[in-house]
Amino acid sequence: MSERARRVVFALGAIGFAAVLVWGLAGLPSFGDFHSRYGELLAKITIPERKATEVVGVTTFDFRGFDTLGEEFILFAAAVGVLVLLRLMRGEKEVPAEPPGGRRPAARSGSLRSLATALVGPVLLLGIYIVVHGHLTPGGGFQGGVILMTGLLLIHIGGSHIHIGRSRPISAMEVAEGIGAAGFALIGIGGLVIAGGAYLENFISSGTRGSLLSGGDIPLLNISVGLEVMGATLIVLGELLDQRLLTRRGQR
Amino acid sequence: MTAVQAVTLIVVALGGTAVSLAREPARQALVASVFGLSLAVLFFTFQAPDVALSQIVVGAIALPTMILLALGKVRRRERAEGRER
Repeated sequence: MSERARRVVFALGAIGFAAVLVWGLAGLPSFGDFHSRYGELLAKITIPERKATEVVGVTTFDFRGFDTLGEEFILFAAAVGVLVLLRLMRGEKEVPAEPPGGRRPAARSGSLRSLATALVGPVLLLGIYIVVHGHLTPGGGFQGGVILMTGLLLIHIGGSHIHIGRSRPISAMEVAEGIGAAGFALIGIGGLVIAGGAYLENFISSGTRGSLLSGGDIPLLNISVGLEVMGATLIVLGELLDQRLLTRRGQR
Repeated sequence: MTAVQAVTLIVVALGGTAVSLAREPARQALVASVFGLSLAVLFFTFQAPDVALSQIVVGAIALPTMILLALGKVRRRERAEGRER
């Protein structure tokens, strides 16, 4: 195709796309004009029925809890997939990409390492706060879990990278991920057995509005999702980091 | 629409343009991280703090980290191939 013909095709496509886009945008409701019966219903019944103040969190973990179970298992399956794929290659002999020196700092800059070490505590605390307040304020297991993962990564940056084969946090993370995924599913079964209702039905007293121990089983679900997300993201990143730090014979 | 919302919208528009203008992949990952942060501010000013938090963890932390790790891996392999030739 000549350059001229290509330009004509592009121009036709761009004009068509722009026309459809403008047409679609013209049909949108005006700015700030919200009419959703489902949204209004949720905003109305969340606090009286569940005693939890975070409507978005209650929707994801209670009214739509089953969807969240599926999402959690998507992440679980993804992390397991990464582990299985990269472990297969572990069978080959590994050689460090850099000259072996035993304990080797992950970051060369001293100030970067001090800063990372100083941030570990506050970041972990923030992550725990976000997880356990998931039913009261914005946040919850997913966001808090990633923050916890960041805190653990900061330990890696601040400390020295322990040479492969020794003390791998990944096995601990596998346990955390498994407990998180199983915890969510088991809490769901609690709805069947203890409450005698549907799967994932709330079986714990809702408590008083605004207190840390309120919202029934939503805090427990948040904690299990937090563990699962922390474990899964750290597994994926840890395996990728190992890939970065190692080369393999026969794999070049 | 308030002035803060208008300003964040403009910042997001400029940030998106900057991401596509940065041609070097590692630099682009960092610009994308800052762009993700500006998107989080945008969501926050439009009263969606939950989405803003998710945007921070995914857009500003997880995605750039993945890109940087993948880049490191690719470059190492390229260097190793360069040595063999």
